[in-house]
Amino acid sequence: MASKPTPKIVFDHVTRRFDLSDNSFIALDRLSLDIADGEFVTVVGPSGCGKSTALNIAAGLLKPSEGTVLVDGKAVEGPGPERGMIFQQYALFPWLTVRQNVEFGLRIKGEEAARRRQIAERFIELVGLSDFADALPKTLSGGMKQRCAIARAYAVDPSILLMDEPFGALDALTRVQLQDQLLDTWSRERRTVMFITHDVDEAVYLANRVIVMAARPGRLKEIIDVPLPYPRTEEIRLSADFMTIRNRVWQAVYHQ
Amino acid sequence: MSGPAKTTRAGGGPPEGQGTDYSGLALNLVGLVAGIAIWWALTAGGAVGLPPPPQVAVRFADVIASGQLFTDIASSLARVLTGFLLGVILAIPVGFVMGWYKVARSLIEPYLQFFRMIPPLAIIPLAIVTMGINETPKIFVIFLASFLASVVATYQGVISVDKTMINAARVLGARDLTIFLRVIIPASTPFILVGVRIGLGSAWATLVAAELIAAQSGLGFRMQQAQLYYDLPTIFVSLITIGILGLAMDRILLVIERRLTVWQERV
Ligand SMILES: Nc1ncnc2c1ncn2[C@@H]1O[C@H](COP(=O)(O)OP(=O)(O)O)[C@@H](O)[C@H]1O
Ligand SMILES: [Mg+2]
Repeated sequence: MASKPTPKIVFDHVTRRFDLSDNSFIALDRLSLDIADGEFVTVVGPSGCGKSTALNIAAGLLKPSEGTVLVDGKAVEGPGPERGMIFQQYALFPWLTVRQNVEFGLRIKGEEAARRRQIAERFIELVGLSDFADALPKTLSGGMKQRCAIARAYAVDPSILLMDEPFGALDALTRVQLQDQLLDTWSRERRTVMFITHDVDEAVYLANRVIVMAARPGRLKEIIDVPLPYPRTEEIRLSADFMTIRNRVWQAVYHQ
Repeated sequence: MSGPAKTTRAGGGPPEGQGTDYSGLALNLVGLVAGIAIWWALTAGGAVGLPPPPQVAVRFADVIASGQLFTDIASSLARVLTGFLLGVILAIPVGFVMGWYKVARSLIEPYLQFFRMIPPLAIIPLAIVTMGINETPKIFVIFLASFLASVVATYQGVISVDKTMINAARVLGARDLTIFLRVIIPASTPFILVGVRIGLGSAWATLVAAELIAAQSGLGFRMQQAQLYYDLPTIFVSLITIGILGLAMDRILLVIERRLTVWQERV
């Protein structure tokens, strides 16, 4: 058998400390984790267990105190266009319209106007915001804002999506819709997704694997495979298999 | 005179909703007429010692006819605008540098806090001694007042830009210069504009004091002249003119502010 393909993302003994006035505090303790190309992993764990810290280090927004993160075999030095990020608070630029938001990264890439517009158009349509292309973010609902942020991230064509509780602020119905949309796009385009959530159901519904983390210090606790087929449907969500896995994840998260 | 501002503010919401509020405007007008009527009633008998409206109106007509009012307005406006524009033009880059670089902030902030505590009036003796008695010290005092007011607003705008928004730009490939031009500047515009308006208010507030410095013309100068001759109607004319001009300029800035910040979510 040939050697295993290189993982898309490798966390190699990643530790992050924060210096407080009186002492130094370990937010993330020697996290080691491989994420395969095209894999969808979700990360769950109690608040403060270092989920965002790990994601920000992978994004290049935060430096590890020790250890490295490799993306496509290369150490992460800073943010890069192959890693798109979605934030819980959308982080849209409120002075730009939906279209201008989606074009933001393309403009930085140096794409010319006509091509920018064409690409933006496609992703705005993909997330169902065509009718709002020229609207300002303040006129959009939370779900629409997050869809705009997703289109903005897709537009620069990242091979990895890093998502930090992206649906955490949305109502249950909108959340389910966006989950299905996300899975739909993922199954067609096979980006590697690292998705943080505090919702156990969401974690299981979306993932190939669920990464469970523990707090104090923030560390990897358990990795739970989700051998349910895609496309994931309502039926799967209500199945006994789903329940079994869900309960395992629940136990891992809450009985630490 | 804060009526119209309040009605548009409360009406707030979407920018389209800012259309003229006619009932509010009518009430403003009623208030104005009532005010003048009360003023008239109180001063008619000469009891209060103030000039009644007709006397002030006549003086208005006189100084308009003689052209004196326009000379005074031109001198005062030139001073206010020069000082104000210089102040704001310097305040914005300084505010940005302070917001962006911690080192710059720590170096500059003590001076800023210190000079903010000194009323512009108190600078006048120093300004006269070092700059003479021509236009320079007058403009300098106005400049200082508007600079101090807007620099604080600008740098507070910069430091309050949402970190996540900067991170969002960064993961989309933006480097420092792009972040500065495309995120920091637009995001802090609302703060800067508030600072500019405060700066304008300070500039007007300092005008009369500045014209104490051996002026030859100007609304403040005219008032001091009138004071010497116990000429109350002229004092009224100057006061009303200063008020109207200040209000008009503030309204213009308010319109610009609303234009530039329609994207803001107002709660
Ligand atoms: N910039 C920072 N300075 C100090 N402590 C921080 C900072 N960022 C995060 N922390 C701390 O590190 C721990 C992990 O944070 P985080 O990764 O945001 O947790 P999670 O996303 O799992 O809720 C928390 O206890 C948090 O308070
Ligand atoms: Mg978090």
